[in-house]
Amino acid sequence: MNVQDRIREQLSGDKIVLYMKGTPQFPQCGFSAKAAQMLGACGAKYASYDILSDPEIRQGLKEYSNWPTFPQLYVNGELVGGCDIMTELFQKGELQKLVAKATG
Amino acid sequence: MMQPEDIKQMIERGLPGARVSVTGDGHHFEAEVIASEFAGKSTLQQHQIVYRTLGGKMGNEIHALSLRTLTPGE
Repeated sequence: MNVQDRIREQLSGDKIVLYMKGTPQFPQCGFSAKAAQMLGACGAKYASYDILSDPEIRQGLKEYSNWPTFPQLYVNGELVGGCDIMTELFQKGELQKLVAKATG
Repeated sequence: MMQPEDIKQMIERGLPGARVSVTGDGHHFEAEVIASEFAGKSTLQQHQIVYRTLGGKMGNEIHALSLRTLTPGE
């Protein structure tokens, strides 16, 4: 399976997917930590993948989504954004709605 | 090491006519970009446009870039 197929498989496996540096329990970057915290605050049930332990996925995602940095949040297979966009949505209360709608 | 001025020039080259300001310490940067190209686009798409101007530098030489994108009317 090539990397683009692996990404599609991961994204179709869960409604909410966070690609991050480290894990929600042990984030390796402040932006990834913040992203996981916000999802936690939304009560989101999500899958997370540590891109530091998977260089192929890390590179493949940059091409898949035309988005060069991490974290990356996907809802229903679509890129929502990185930490900045998540923060903006969270402050407007829209991240909470997005999460509720995806998992509700 | 990348300087804020380098990033500013790359964005301006990729988005002629944009108003760009960049601050940062060589690793983490903050940029505000005002461009008419952003009109009618989502924040996600606006950020993708800016990332495209930075080519392969994003995520490599530029570890983190906090972006604020606006259209001229905003």
